[in-house]
Amino acid sequence: MPEELYELETAVPENPIEEYLRMDRMPHIWCPGCGIGTTVNCFARALETSGLDLDKVAIVSGIGCTGRVAGYVRLDSFHTTHGRAIPFATGLGLANPGLKVVVYSGDGDLVAIGGNHFIHAARRNVDMTVILINNMIYGMTGGQVAPTTPIGATASTAPHGNFEETFNLPFLAESCGAVYVARWTSYHIRHLTKSIKEALAKRGFSFVEILAPCPTLYSRRNKLGDGLEQMVYYKDHSEIRNGADTKSVALDFQGKIVVGKFVDRERPTYLDAMNEHFQKRLGDRYVPSDEMRQILHAQNRN
Amino acid sequence: MHADPVGVLTGAHFVDGDHACSEGAIAAGCRFVAGYPITPSTEVVERIAERFPFVGGMFIQMEDELASSIAIQGAAWGGKKAMTVTSGPGFSLMMEHIGLAAMTETPCVFVNVQRAGPSTGLPTMPAQGDMMQARWGSHGDYEIIALSPNSPQECFDLTIRAFNLSEQYRVPVLFMMDECVGHMIERVVIPPAEKIEVYQRRMYEGPRENFLPFEAGNDLVPMLVKAGDGYRIHVTGLTHDEKGYPDMTVGTQATLVRRLVDKIRLHTDDIIRFEEQNIEDAEIVVVTYGITSRTAIPAIEQARAKGMKVGHLRLVVVWPFPEKRIRELAGRVKAFVVPELNLGQMVYEVERCAAGKSKVLSVPHAGGTVHQPKDIYAAIEKSLRG
Repeated sequence: MPEELYELETAVPENPIEEYLRMDRMPHIWCPGCGIGTTVNCFARALETSGLDLDKVAIVSGIGCTGRVAGYVRLDSFHTTHGRAIPFATGLGLANPGLKVVVYSGDGDLVAIGGNHFIHAARRNVDMTVILINNMIYGMTGGQVAPTTPIGATASTAPHGNFEETFNLPFLAESCGAVYVARWTSYHIRHLTKSIKEALAKRGFSFVEILAPCPTLYSRRNKLGDGLEQMVYYKDHSEIRNGADTKSVALDFQGKIVVGKFVDRERPTYLDAMNEHFQKRLGDRYVPSDEMRQILHAQNRN
Repeated sequence: MHADPVGVLTGAHFVDGDHACSEGAIAAGCRFVAGYPITPSTEVVERIAERFPFVGGMFIQMEDELASSIAIQGAAWGGKKAMTVTSGPGFSLMMEHIGLAAMTETPCVFVNVQRAGPSTGLPTMPAQGDMMQARWGSHGDYEIIALSPNSPQECFDLTIRAFNLSEQYRVPVLFMMDECVGHMIERVVIPPAEKIEVYQRRMYEGPRENFLPFEAGNDLVPMLVKAGDGYRIHVTGLTHDEKGYPDMTVGTQATLVRRLVDKIRLHTDDIIRFEEQNIEDAEIVVVTYGITSRTAIPAIEQARAKGMKVGHLRLVVVWPFPEKRIRELAGRVKAFVVPELNLGQMVYEVERCAAGKSKVLSVPHAGGTVHQPKDIYAAIEKSLRG
């Protein structure tokens, strides 16, 4: 049974997640039926229950429709270059390890142009939560084929259908070393909220993939109806298999969607490994950064 | 403010330019370096990797230069003085992020130990072929600052200056070394920490309400905050207003880009540095920078020994270009002679500023080694004849 995350209130004067959003930037740019906004709602709910000091949470996005998330969330937020949110986040988090760093971006941004950074941040187990919105297409630029486009689906640069193998992202994340790997769709708002909360609580490289409809450019071109019809598809074709072997969760065109929490494990984070190594190798001569020293001091006290 | 004595290796050293650059960065207060191995710059990050665990620094070897050149910007917003180091092909990969740093006004230093290109070119041999790329390599309108050291001592001194300028103007500063200066071993004197001037980042500490992170005062440079300070800033490479919010309008574009450019242009006199010898009576001025300033000296001395009135103007800061000084000299001198380890780059700036009032002679060299002084001498002689 999914955990009850918040109590329903019958009447509230304003949307309770408004304090997590930059309301002075509304309305947002996303199309009717787009799933990104729903995921932001879940992210805000996860923050609400995370117990994190929001002044110490930073969000980093790349470029694209999902890349705009950073600009709508009332946190220290960075809208960087295409594909490079993860290395920016790496620098930010290593410079200031007291921050909780979230990367929120799209499939094209994170695993096509930014794929190399994704691989290496997971390998290093850099402390960050990566939330990837997979709409199976390049939305912002007009519906071009992506590494996540299912075989057989049509895109503006695959007008005769895509024949390239589709990236299985949970498998990629797990094999590169991510300590937390989950996949949900924008239909699974309770599970998703809980998963984001767990990912935020995790130390190291945590990864949540979220399938979200792009009615304007993916569904329409593939004659899949509007956003609502994609939600019905998510509802009818999703199968929750927590702990599933990530090799077995590849996606195909309008086929079954395996969702769930696939990986939850412990590995030393980049900074843990670095500190331990330097302490062992260099002894008292090792001088951690000022911020690192404070954190190590607090850890030793506890 | 003075340098933090932690990490300042006061004394006389016998080191190459790459290592001197590393020590300059440490003395300047740099505590985050991200890099990717590339000849002939690698010694800079090797020394940083060796030294940083003892001085509270964080070094990370990233997966490529794209990553390095943006990791430093993350680190800058995390509160660190940050630097990346590269050479030709890596510098090409970094261009987009020079634009990002310019647009988001992120203080950071890019070191380029130049080698001969294009493409893989001559990886272990010198050139000065990236001078125009340094100025114009990223898309759009912006200004950067670039410095060109000509000795290991200057690699130390000017790296500190590079950081200071970057902090003062919130602009990427490009440190344009070359393979010769990078690998040349000479005496480097590191002064006591209290003799090293370090510009302290100007941090905003006022109220959070109505804070405009990109609002600038008279100097056109906004104050910084860092992530985690509670200001909940938004930083974007999109055209943005003073709040940092995207505002894709013609008006905001004009206001923002004009300020990004003017904050350097209006301070050009404070930023630029050049050295002059024998300019007063000069009929010919040899304009040089980096290693070429040293190969030109025997040629200039030989010419002067023969009675030719030759002066020397060495650019220390190459961008912004000392336009005013060249304009002053133009018409007063017969010709400018510009030797470069490229087939003509900064010479176009000299030509532009000379505006037809003096002749301008390029002494081109495709790189791989330095000029023969005799070739520079021949150009001086020719310029007097013609």
